[in-house]
Amino acid sequence: MALLEIANITKTFGGLKAISDVTFSLDKGRIVSIIGPNGAGKTTFFNTLTGIYKPDSGTIKFNGKSMVGLRPDQIAASGISRTFQNIRLFPDMSVIENILVGMHIHLKQSALQTLLRLPSFKKEEDEAEKKAAELMEYVGLKRVENELAKNLPYGAQRRLEIARALAADPMLLLLDEPAAGMNPQETEDVTRLFRDIRSDLGITILLIEHDMRVVMNISEDICVMDYGVKIAQGPPSEIRNNTRVIEAYLGRGAVAGQHEEKM
Amino acid sequence: MVSTYFKELFDRANQGLLPYLIVTAHIFAGTFLVYTQPRSNLAFLVLITSFLSLYFFRTSIRFKLVAGAVLALVIIPIVGVRNIFYLEVIFQISVFAALALGLNIVVGFAGLLDLGYVAFYAVGAYLWAFFGSQQFYVLHYAPGTQPSDLPFLLPGDAFYMFIVVGIIIAGITGIILGLPVLRLRGDYLAIVTLGFGEVIRVLANNLDKPLNFTNGPQGITPIQRPTMPDFAVDWFNTVFRGVVGHDVSPANLYNLMFYVYALIVIIIIIFVTRRLNDSKIGRAWTAVREDETAAIAQGIPLVRMKLTAFAVGASFAGAMGVLLAASRTFISPESFSFMQSIGVLSMVILGGAGSIPGVILGAATVTILNLQVLQGFSLYLNELRQSNAVIPIINFAWKDLSTQLDPAKYQRLLFGLILILMMIFRPAGLIPASRRKRELDRKEPK
Repeated sequence: MALLEIANITKTFGGLKAISDVTFSLDKGRIVSIIGPNGAGKTTFFNTLTGIYKPDSGTIKFNGKSMVGLRPDQIAASGISRTFQNIRLFPDMSVIENILVGMHIHLKQSALQTLLRLPSFKKEEDEAEKKAAELMEYVGLKRVENELAKNLPYGAQRRLEIARALAADPMLLLLDEPAAGMNPQETEDVTRLFRDIRSDLGITILLIEHDMRVVMNISEDICVMDYGVKIAQGPPSEIRNNTRVIEAYLGRGAVAGQHEEKM
Repeated sequence: MVSTYFKELFDRANQGLLPYLIVTAHIFAGTFLVYTQPRSNLAFLVLITSFLSLYFFRTSIRFKLVAGAVLALVIIPIVGVRNIFYLEVIFQISVFAALALGLNIVVGFAGLLDLGYVAFYAVGAYLWAFFGSQQFYVLHYAPGTQPSDLPFLLPGDAFYMFIVVGIIIAGITGIILGLPVLRLRGDYLAIVTLGFGEVIRVLANNLDKPLNFTNGPQGITPIQRPTMPDFAVDWFNTVFRGVVGHDVSPANLYNLMFYVYALIVIIIIIFVTRRLNDSKIGRAWTAVREDETAAIAQGIPLVRMKLTAFAVGASFAGAMGVLLAASRTFISPESFSFMQSIGVLSMVILGGAGSIPGVILGAATVTILNLQVLQGFSLYLNELRQSNAVIPIINFAWKDLSTQLDPAKYQRLLFGLILILMMIFRPAGLIPASRRKRELDRKEPK
């Protein structure tokens, strides 16, 4: 059974159809990319999926449950974590606190336990701290637990955002341009990290990415969007030669031409 | 650089037993000065700043606790009953510190700008004012027309219960205010809370008809205090007569009692704040402050977290409101003006939003500036006016100085200056908030 099933969702902003009748399904344990020219509706698609926007019509089923109409925090609690296109950490919190916030939905401590510092509270906090330390290590952040998130270098901030998303123990991880602004070495490292996340932790990954090296390298399936419409879906080899996809990129002039070269 | 020079000096003063000596010397010097010159503002400042050196110098926790307790529970009560004005200043500092700590939860932790915070203080105060006075039997009389022999509704000792009731009712009021304003952020939230603060004040002003709940602008008086047993007065006088120098009247001892109660409330507030801050709830508040969108994507329910912040912050103010009503025995809408909200806010910003020692320092600084420095300056100008002194060179006689120039009335100017200067020089406050440092036990890499 598919982990995520999206049927005919549409989202309009005023007269603009940001997403138009998109149907998409994602099987458990896959790594799938969404690509498309700027303004194709990829991020809107993510935001609709995570409940920041409500779709005008259509259904979203995750793990057998309907997600339409749920608040973003409820959707996150049902097992969807995400990162953001422009990194959105909690800048004035320490690295480890950022990760602890990611665990919010799993911490059971009640107000009473917190105020009385009961042993159960301490135990839970200690375990959470330990798990956060492990996650830091897993994504490759070393000895920065007490640094403020805003003081980390760019690449480390991206990693921290991934660690924070993993802290919620998600079933599905949505990554919005995770390799943006990274150099080739860093890009290669995070690509490897995503593969590990899938194989070690069994987390399904859906990512938006512009860097075609990453996309072609990692994806088992690629979904292409243009002007809010899904124009193609298939394995990388197929997408590479799909005429509609090439048109969508080439038809946008010189800038799109560069994308084409990357492909 | 001057700052590095001071830092070096501070580091050098922090070696070995030196910090203990310095702190003890500071406390003794302050005590001695205040004891020998009970009227001097400067002496009082020396004493009160010993709390600062106690906080800043590196001494053991046990020393800090013991010295702090001696200062707060022995030295200040003694110098306080010798000059009741000092006790009043300290009491006001305590009240405002509690309010600032409550507002700090809303503004400092959760990042919700609340310009009507004093409303919750009013709720607590009017709660006890109504139930702890004759007001219940005045319901059907217009203000000023009631007979003078009305009974009291509740005994004065119900005060203790009403501290708890005040906490609950103010917390509920916080939730009621929070519900409609949750969708708003930043400036919009500030405006709505400002409006709410005014609504409560206007209500207090006008709820003298059709039923006379608040006695209108005249306010409610007398409000009962909890009873003070005679043996407490006797005991205090037998123990402290020697150092105080005279017997202390029960009236003055009441001030002392409320100071101690305020201290207890503050300690509980600090306790609650610290524990909440270092937990799932506190982290969620800070996450909401830092980035709402990212916070909600981590599964944090925005509405519930904001409501919790409003309720907890409000409940602190509610407790202090009850305490204020009992200690003053008189409450009127005037005490809950917009300026009070701004005052508490400027304490939080001056001290450092999100920082517990910071906002206490902020509350102390603003209160002292207000009650002692500005008023002291006013008195000094008055003295000059009455003297024959003349400013040389420009030949200006002090007695020609306009009586309009009264620094004690320049509270607003003071708040404004504080806020502007802080924004320029120390935007994070006098004692900026810092994140807890965690020690992770990990395998050392080989």
